[in-house]
Amino acid sequence: MITLKNINKQFGKLKVLDHVSTSCDQSECIALIGPNGSGKTTLIKSILGMVIPDSGSITFNGKNIANNYQYRDEIGYMPQIGRYPDNMTIGQVLGMMKDIRGKSGELDEDLIKAFSINNLLNKRMRTLSGGTIQKVSAALAFLFKPSVLILDEPTAGLDPVASELFKEKIISEKDKGKLVLITSHILSDLDDLVTRIIYMQDGKLVFHKSMEELRRDTGEERLVKSIAQVMISNYE
Amino acid sequence: MNKIIKYVITDILRNKIVVIYTGFLLVASFSVFSLEDNNSKGLLSLLNIILIVVPLVSIIFSTIYMYNSVEFIELLVSQPLKRRTIWLSLFMGLACSLSIAFFIGVGIPVLIYQANWIGFTMILTGIILSIIFAAIAFLATVKMRDKAKGIGAAIMLWLYFSLLFDGLVLFLLFQFADYPLEKPMIALSTLNPIDLSRILILLQLDVSAMMGYTGAVFKDFFGTSTGLMFSFFVLLSWILLPVWYSTRKFNSKDL
Repeated sequence: MITLKNINKQFGKLKVLDHVSTSCDQSECIALIGPNGSGKTTLIKSILGMVIPDSGSITFNGKNIANNYQYRDEIGYMPQIGRYPDNMTIGQVLGMMKDIRGKSGELDEDLIKAFSINNLLNKRMRTLSGGTIQKVSAALAFLFKPSVLILDEPTAGLDPVASELFKEKIISEKDKGKLVLITSHILSDLDDLVTRIIYMQDGKLVFHKSMEELRRDTGEERLVKSIAQVMISNYE
Repeated sequence: MNKIIKYVITDILRNKIVVIYTGFLLVASFSVFSLEDNNSKGLLSLLNIILIVVPLVSIIFSTIYMYNSVEFIELLVSQPLKRRTIWLSLFMGLACSLSIAFFIGVGIPVLIYQANWIGFTMILTGIILSIIFAAIAFLATVKMRDKAKGIGAAIMLWLYFSLLFDGLVLFLLFQFADYPLEKPMIALSTLNPIDLSRILILLQLDVSAMMGYTGAVFKDFFGTSTGLMFSFFVLLSWILLPVWYSTRKFNSKDL
């Protein structure tokens, strides 16, 4: 579904993405893992067209994404820190997004209901707590039934109940045949979600394996322990 | 595109600073017209206020607004929208709201006291100036990632156009006083939209008779319909060039 070929990106002297190539298919839940500053968010932003790679190509459903924007219709993106226009209310933000996407009919309002966002529609964005903003971002990512979900640190600010609801939603979407790309440092959250792991370090893609392969290679049952092993062996 | 413009305009018109700006212009215009017994004189005083305040507010407000909208822009870029559409919609939204503010603040009083060709020229140049400085602000924001640097650059640009440029021109005039400089002065004036607007309006007023030989040359050029067309064309390119360049830059910018 998404294929990356030899992506390079430099910010000044810093090489953020170094010859990254991989591909992601439907019905997978892929975790992007790596230490801080390993290029995870840059990789995600390149897929979204927010960062333009210096070289290499990204294809989405067989089409190159350079100078293309329609493909983003198929993507639901939840940013690491969702920030919205201060003066708008939640209701207005939701209305605006519906307006922009031009889809009013069949919407997936599960998360809006689950997080009871409907009770907060008149609150202005600047008065919201970080967690509530995360909930709005999450609801927006799922709202338009995209076939690809890109979630950047989704569970960081959510309370345990919301986080559980959110995980259930991710699993049910993956089972519907959608591709879910997720970055997180809370590995215990990922354990029962993900089917594949992409591990990045210093802008390089170290490996892209399925969970079974990773378990076999490291001999650990839990994701936390296997990743810890990988990280320590790569740390020097 | 229209949807985003609509959201930007409703967002800006609710902004306190724009409301205060409109109020200030209203108060200034009405007081200037009621202080002077001659409406044409009032227009002249108003012109001096406008040429300082309008560019300043336009450029600073636009710059700050753009830096505050960084997250909003990121949100829009992750949606199925062309980058060019996003950038141009933001520009149109800002330009429209600043023009509306100017029209309410200055346009209405001028239409009440001086509803003639001069008043009309003044409203038009004021609106064009608002848009030009919004365009220049877009240039500053697309170039600078850092908010403090960007606002600093905006202030410097305003200072350059409203003060430093005149200083440079005076310097040149004195250095080359022995040469006929009237024609080069016309070319020089196109390099500064504020000066060009000032000349454009002054020539419509009676005071242009007091500007000496340069004034006569100016009148000869800008007073004709070709000259008028030319200066509006120059003002328009002051809008189009920065907008075109900043759109190009934004298309390949990393967010």
